[in-house]
Amino acid sequence: MAIEIPKENWRGRIGEVVIGATSEEGGTRTKKIVLGGENTLPFLDFDGELPHAPVIGMEILDVVRKDYPTVALEPIQDVKDDPARWARKCVEEFGSDLICLKLVSTDPEEEDRSPQEAAETVKEVLGAVGVPLLIYGCGIDEKDAKTMELVSNVAKGERVFLGLAEEAAYKSISVASMSNGHGVVAFSNLDINLAKQMHILLTDFGVKKENLLADPLMAALGYGLEYSYSVIERVKLAALMGDAMLQIPIVCETTRVYNARESFKEDPALGDPKKRVVFWEAATGTSALVAGADMLIMRHPEALAMVRRSIGELVGGGT
Amino acid sequence: MPTALEIFQKLPKTNCGDCGFPTCLAFAMQLANKKISLDKCPHISEEAKQFLEASAAPPIRLVKIGSGDHVVEVGDETELFRHEKKFFHPTAFVLLIDDTASPEDRKQKVEHLKALTFDRVGQIMSMDMVGVKAVSNDPATFASVVQEMASQTDLPLLLVSENPDVMAEGAKAVADRKPLLHAATPENYERMAAVAKENGCSLVVRETTSLDNLADFVEKVKDTGVEDLLLDFGPANLGDMLRNLTIIRRLAVKKKFRPFGYPTFVLAEGAPEDAAIITALGTMKYASVIAFDEAEIPLMYPLFTLKQNIFTDPQKPIQVKPGVYEIGSPTPESPVLITTNFSLTYFTVSGDIENSKVPSYLLVADSEGLSVMTAFAADKFNAEIAADLVKETGIEEKVSQK
Repeated sequence: MAIEIPKENWRGRIGEVVIGATSEEGGTRTKKIVLGGENTLPFLDFDGELPHAPVIGMEILDVVRKDYPTVALEPIQDVKDDPARWARKCVEEFGSDLICLKLVSTDPEEEDRSPQEAAETVKEVLGAVGVPLLIYGCGIDEKDAKTMELVSNVAKGERVFLGLAEEAAYKSISVASMSNGHGVVAFSNLDINLAKQMHILLTDFGVKKENLLADPLMAALGYGLEYSYSVIERVKLAALMGDAMLQIPIVCETTRVYNARESFKEDPALGDPKKRVVFWEAATGTSALVAGADMLIMRHPEALAMVRRSIGELVGGGT
Repeated sequence: MPTALEIFQKLPKTNCGDCGFPTCLAFAMQLANKKISLDKCPHISEEAKQFLEASAAPPIRLVKIGSGDHVVEVGDETELFRHEKKFFHPTAFVLLIDDTASPEDRKQKVEHLKALTFDRVGQIMSMDMVGVKAVSNDPATFASVVQEMASQTDLPLLLVSENPDVMAEGAKAVADRKPLLHAATPENYERMAAVAKENGCSLVVRETTSLDNLADFVEKVKDTGVEDLLLDFGPANLGDMLRNLTIIRRLAVKKKFRPFGYPTFVLAEGAPEDAAIITALGTMKYASVIAFDEAEIPLMYPLFTLKQNIFTDPQKPIQVKPGVYEIGSPTPESPVLITTNFSLTYFTVSGDIENSKVPSYLLVADSEGLSVMTAFAADKFNAEIAADLVKETGIEEKVSQK
């Protein structure tokens, strides 16, 4: 007997978002990334289309502090003090589709580097790699306002995505982004209503939907993963059911795995720390993808490789 | 379950009162509320009986593997997404052992299996089943290894062979343990089903060519009289696995498609990391039983954690056990901190303490799983509770500063 697949006829579709600009669009990226466009749940190609496979970017910090876990340091030991070389290594050796540059050193409580220095770093990274960039500030609103203004200018034409816009701090980052045709990453804290609220705030402020990415907070495996998993599933379902304010591609970071020492601490009972943390991060990333992430930001190259192989199988193969 | 009116349509509508209720409609309402069983109506037609029994059955059959106190229950799921209610029966993980492995290797594997037990947030995480693969294809060898495993562990058993002669010996050897048999295939199913029936075992139905053929094949196996079945479509890759498990779950839950109203089985093959990714995907997306050859601790620990996360009841937050937690090696001079027993709160606080590198005592109050602010607002975390906790835990004896 031929079984009849009970298909979902979703009314909604995730909007397409372009990250990066090549010379055709007035930038210098050697490739751009298109995300979104799907009108079905992750990898369920019998219900609809998934025109763009999920992409994976890697996280780069403009300063690596002492608390950066050794297990994550090992693959980047030789480049950790040079964001440009670090970025190049991510792209050329680790196969990163894009770079998420975090300007953590601008934090006034820490290194307190100037916006000018941060902008220099951005310029160097843009020069070192041809892939698109997400660029995040330190999370302190007043400082980020200044940093992002300069960053936006030095990245003019490159269509970078600035982050993270939060409920209490989204205006200056949005202004910086809009003034040079960049995009914004909207952060919301594990809550579908807050995610929607963020997108409404941003679009009301003038940010176009095609310039938005959503970061709904991906918790690490064992540290609230089930909350993130269900929030992302619900966001995706609501988007497919037609909620325009949630039809925005989702970006998830797997880097919180490194805040959970359980995933890499030395403990004979838990086995080899490196093998453990690599799989911990890969499992976190796989969960995010299965729930609905369009983009992952990852840290360990071996975890990235593992998830990359999985994506290859998940998008291909047929039924 | 059909509504009272749907049931009423199938009843004799004679209002004879033999069921003990004045009218057929009253009886139908009792049935719909599951207050009474259908056999109280002596006049029900065979056709109506079949219809009502079929529609009252859960969309996915509950299958019990094992016997006595050591039973794994799988199936009986009702949701496609965990947030809609919850996923009821956690995926069962099975560690496989070849019957051709040397006695020394078998001993090591059993020891490893037993050592694979972790206490995480007050929950014990460990392997659910042990399986024996009839690599030897020899009935006597298989039976003896199966028996050996049964004598060394209380876990429910999985027997793997497609040769009915081999399976017959193995199943007979441990019939009292009610093992799960893998697998009935289109080539062997008549004899394999007979083995399952004779020994009262549950049986995996394996048909890897297509879901269409799997549905047909399930019907055939069902006709042999074996009722406790699991479905194995032999995933070609992760995408195939996700899509087919989704289709099976949807058909079972939304359409009550009976051939797919059974738990699912996945053999996670390949290198340990690949099998671990298959296991992770299956745990999230509808695999009921997953079997694999290796159980490396650094892969199993995250997998157990994933299972714990996914099968948490979304309505009931995970709680840690209230009490004193020592972080680092605290001394009488170390600080004492206090927080609530919502697992995420505990993890955040204990993580911050670990990162601060200041050895500390952390007191965890029973806030019924609420976070600090929520518990405070609900008066489940206040001065009295904190004071009681200090007394109950005897922390005053452990520290010199007050």
